[in-house]
Amino acid sequence: MKEAQSGWAIETRGLIRSFNNLLAINGLDLVVGRGQTLAVFGPNGAGKSTLIKILSTVMKPSAGEVLIDGFSLKGNTEEVRRRIGLVSHYTFLYSNFTAYENLQFYSRLYDVPNFRERIYEVAGMVGMSSRLHDRVAIFSRGMQQRLSIARALLHRPAIMLLDEPETGLDQQAVAMLWEALRADGVDGRTILFTSHSLERGLEVCDHLLILHRGRIVHQQPNKGLDLAGLRRIYRQSTGVGGAAVA
Amino acid sequence: MRKALVIAWKDILSEARTKEIVSSVLVFAILVIVIFNFAFGGSREVLLSVAPGILWATFAFAGVLSLNRAFVPEKEECCLEGLLACPISREVIYVGKLLASLLFMLFVEAIVLPIFALFFNVAVFSFELVTITFLATIGFAAVGTLFSALAVNTRAREMVLPILFFPIVTPVIIAAVTSSGLVLDGQSWSDISSWLMILAAFDVIFLVVSYLIFAFVIEE
Repeated sequence: MKEAQSGWAIETRGLIRSFNNLLAINGLDLVVGRGQTLAVFGPNGAGKSTLIKILSTVMKPSAGEVLIDGFSLKGNTEEVRRRIGLVSHYTFLYSNFTAYENLQFYSRLYDVPNFRERIYEVAGMVGMSSRLHDRVAIFSRGMQQRLSIARALLHRPAIMLLDEPETGLDQQAVAMLWEALRADGVDGRTILFTSHSLERGLEVCDHLLILHRGRIVHQQPNKGLDLAGLRRIYRQSTGVGGAAVA
Repeated sequence: MRKALVIAWKDILSEARTKEIVSSVLVFAILVIVIFNFAFGGSREVLLSVAPGILWATFAFAGVLSLNRAFVPEKEECCLEGLLACPISREVIYVGKLLASLLFMLFVEAIVLPIFALFFNVAVFSFELVTITFLATIGFAAVGTLFSALAVNTRAREMVLPILFFPIVTPVIIAAVTSSGLVLDGQSWSDISSWLMILAAFDVIFLVVSYLIFAFVIEE
């Protein structure tokens, strides 16, 4: 394993990802400090999900370098994956299995020590303790998403990558999500999440950036910025506004 | 290896609950045997001469049906990305899927062989035939698991897998049919040894090649 090469939790240098002739990520230089909560906004097709897939090692970049917790993705993928918790549009849950069986399956793949206790712990964090032995097939979308968050937390990752994590969640579950992410005994957890809701993103992030056509068109710390100001910046940066901006 | 077993166990548990693969493959295999038995029925000489071909046509097509489902749970439930994000190498996923596919195919073959013996009135319970079946099934599973991963992201995956699979496994089918024919004809180990070596060599080559290129297939 290579030595850590960066002090940042997440760092990309000249990151490019193309699909045929389409550049989904176009020379992205990004740094995210340890303990930061970074909101990534952008219209559909901006490259948000592609960025999450590359950072989580699910997709390979076409060019450029990615460092996670100081480790380059090249040659350190398994080390990097241990440090990342991924919540996607998809829940990554098997509907034939119970919630417990799903969490047990992923616990074994992540080498979670004392996984039985940990399963009950994370299920408690997302309010699913009483449904652990029910099959996922009968869960609502919101319950599946809560279980998906529990799955991502199982191995106590230092970095959480969340692609529109609030999909399907009610207000109570949304509050539970952010509480679980921050109160999991992991000091200085770094969170990078994508969202279409400027309002929700602004509430929980300490830094934000706007992606448009695979490039960062705006980034700043979340200090002294109100929702109206963010909407104005978003419109100016992307040309998208009105009803499209929540 | 432990994590490959975890993936295989997940597939086995899922199959034990749904019985999607085993039930459909079994029905197909038994139907083929029954139809061919009636088509060639009557003359024992004719039955004996076509029996190895029918047996391996049944196993090969049943194998494709089974292998077609290898990555379907991951595709249909959108779990492949979750698996790819786990701290395991891509090769572990291949080995896990290979073990599960191999087990499903061997399970079906273990049921089909006695039925085949009954309909065709041939002695199939010999160590030689079991060895041939085992080696050929490893070859099917090694190639089929790789191509199943390739086909799962295509729209017509049920068609793509056979098109890719059969040309590659033709040497296995030829070796299995010929050596099975020799065994049913009462020949000894020494008469089938060269065919067994071909089967074993195919298994080793395609296990290694599939293991090495699986990461490229699953990621792109």
